[in-house]
Amino acid sequence: MDLDALLLSRLQFAWVIAWHILLPAFTVGLACYIATLETLWWITKREIFLRLSAFWIKIFAVSFGMGVVSGIVMPFQFGTNWSRFSDAAFNVVGALMAYEVLTAFFLEAAFLGILLFGRKLVPQWAHVVSALMVALGTLMSSFWILAVNSWMQTPRGHEVVDGRFVPLDMWAVIFTPSFPYRLTHTVVAFLVTTGFVILAVGAGYLRHGRHVDESRVMVKMSLAFLSVMVPLQVVVGDLHGLNTLEHQPAKVAAMEGLWETQRRVPASLFAIPDAEAETNHFEIAIPALGSLYLTHEWDGEVKGLKHWRKQDRPPVAIVYFAFRIMVGIGLLMLALVAYGWLQRWRGRLYTSPTFLRLAHRAMPLGFIAVLAGWTVTEVGRQPWVVYGLMRTRDAVSPTLTTGDVGLSLAGYILSYLVIFGGGFLLLRHLVRQGPRAAEAQERPDRDARPKRPLSALTDTPTAPGARKVGDAA
Amino acid sequence: MLLDLVPLWAAIMALAVFMYVLLDGFDLGVGMLFALRHDEHERDLMVASVAPIWDFNETWLILGVGGLLAVFPLAFAIVMPALYFPILLMLLGLLFRGVAFEFREVAGPRRALWDRGFFCGSLVATYAQGVVLGNFIQGFPVSGRQFAGSSWDWISPFALLTGLGLVAGYALQGATWLVMKTEGELQQWAKQMARRCLWGVLAFIAMISVWTPLAEPRIAARWFSLPNVFYFAPVPLLTVVLAWQLERGLRRGWDVVPFLCSMGLFFLAFTGLVISLWPYVAPPSITLWDAAAAPKSQAFMLIGTMFLLPVILLYVFWSYWVFRGKVKGHHGHHGV
Repeated sequence: MDLDALLLSRLQFAWVIAWHILLPAFTVGLACYIATLETLWWITKREIFLRLSAFWIKIFAVSFGMGVVSGIVMPFQFGTNWSRFSDAAFNVVGALMAYEVLTAFFLEAAFLGILLFGRKLVPQWAHVVSALMVALGTLMSSFWILAVNSWMQTPRGHEVVDGRFVPLDMWAVIFTPSFPYRLTHTVVAFLVTTGFVILAVGAGYLRHGRHVDESRVMVKMSLAFLSVMVPLQVVVGDLHGLNTLEHQPAKVAAMEGLWETQRRVPASLFAIPDAEAETNHFEIAIPALGSLYLTHEWDGEVKGLKHWRKQDRPPVAIVYFAFRIMVGIGLLMLALVAYGWLQRWRGRLYTSPTFLRLAHRAMPLGFIAVLAGWTVTEVGRQPWVVYGLMRTRDAVSPTLTTGDVGLSLAGYILSYLVIFGGGFLLLRHLVRQGPRAAEAQERPDRDARPKRPLSALTDTPTAPGARKVGDAA
Repeated sequence: MLLDLVPLWAAIMALAVFMYVLLDGFDLGVGMLFALRHDEHERDLMVASVAPIWDFNETWLILGVGGLLAVFPLAFAIVMPALYFPILLMLLGLLFRGVAFEFREVAGPRRALWDRGFFCGSLVATYAQGVVLGNFIQGFPVSGRQFAGSSWDWISPFALLTGLGLVAGYALQGATWLVMKTEGELQQWAKQMARRCLWGVLAFIAMISVWTPLAEPRIAARWFSLPNVFYFAPVPLLTVVLAWQLERGLRRGWDVVPFLCSMGLFFLAFTGLVISLWPYVAPPSITLWDAAAAPKSQAFMLIGTMFLLPVILLYVFWSYWVFRGKVKGHHGHHGV
């Protein structure tokens, strides 16, 4: 492929969205966790929930800040680099993105201020409501963005006039056939990712005998949550696969590295797909199993890549490997949850060195799976930007030159490395401090001026009576 | 469709852009002024004065852009490639500015680095927005449904000047905000800065007001034909009155009046801009009607916006109310 404005624009989009998606993958779940902790603290008055919430709110603040600013870049990308796509498609999907701003962005942003800085300025119920609103905002944001993405994958509810898409039925545009599956699969993936981070942080502390009380709560809560969500994700993923086979069969063929249309499709465990030769090298496969999980029938027929013209096929190798990474991580997660239950049954959940080490190491698993899954769905959509209707190469801005995009790509690469590098160091720093340390740091000199705004939220009241100041506000 | 929704949508978009300029204007201004104070405690106060609200101030920008892409997709598709590099600079500036709020929390040598990021990000984002503004006044070459210039057309003396003008404007917003939110020495300094910025702003308003009609005949015709000249005369007259009030407020030690006057100045400048550009969304060839989305999408969005926008305004006011009053060193924010 030539190094032209199209390829560089695609690289730029991939670079920007790959970093960005790591943050919703974490903050959607974390916002829900914080809302749970705040509600529990409100109801039970057990201070441990407050300490945990204060700790995770700090981590949330940093992640959310990075998520917001990297997210702002995304809608601009459509205009700057994909202006022909904007002109053609935003009659249809622009409204969904506008609704995201109206229902989600404002909700998160306004109530985030209260959540971070308002604990002493508003009554406790208002603070709990703020936590719930932030969580609701992140979920609504996912709803609209995935509605846009699903329309691009399985477009419905429009007509094409002069090469541009005009909406006929907005409900059909939002609720396209792949939307319910994509939304559930993605949101559950986000929740699972956060669950493993919380589990890993708790396990990490327990390994070193730090913050034992808080860590036990974190490990117990996250393991219980993951025990429901990880198996659920396997089921949802399977249903999403069936849906994809129905509406985007070329993507499924690429996921399986399947060249010939056939029945009793083997389940490919490993292979090196070769798009030129239209075959796989070094393939290890289990006969007939593929048809079972793809079609839920032993001799179900699956279309192979050769069914489509070469220019209509997605890049096979990327999709094939990304899919295997995603599924492999899913199985690892399932095994880890089962192992956790085994240790719990033996009464060694908080002490087993092997389990704690594995759980600690599992921290990045969700993020890798989300990136891999996103790659499967987006690269699998190629060469189309609107599936079957508009090619990616017809979507790029016509006036951009290779030099222009090269320059901006360099700017994004440098800036994102600095910002995400700095963010990673800061998050690691906050995790190392831990829940108690943060609190002990503020307690002795409660009346001294805080050195920084965020310390306001760690300066936690100890008794319900301390809320009086807030109630008067 | 019986009802033409385009003027209504133009008004909603204008509101979003104006809210953005007003609100993110003051926190970007605080970010720029931040470089001039070196005392750690004062810097923390300056950051604390905007930390709880900068996030949804910036959300108005997303609404402006989201609205443009949803309601006027053609304008979005033409303007964004034309402003490729100013937009890039603005986004990178906002990136660094936004994360600096959290990142400067880390103690140690890196703090100085993120403090610089906070200042540079604010300055670059502001200047880039000013350049975008200048380009809107000058217009964009269009052929068919596409931008017909090059990615470097945005560099022009006029746009570079409006960039500086907006730096002065946001700095005035930031300085008067600090006058309202702080006390003592920092407030005294903010007053002094506000006075300087005010003179800067007036100078830029004067320069831009002379330059624009000279360079763009369509804008001259809009302002100086009869009877328009009488309709629009209040804009410059009120500008003078507000500037005088602002200066008087600073001299007499009023806390809130200078900020209100500064917002008033922005409102007048914005009104002037709307008068100059109407009815174009990508001047000089694409009108709001040319660029408008299908009536069905406009109606679909309007239903939600009619309900949501008032609700949003309510809880935004509530948030500002929660964080009202002077920002103090002790206990972060004082609400009571």
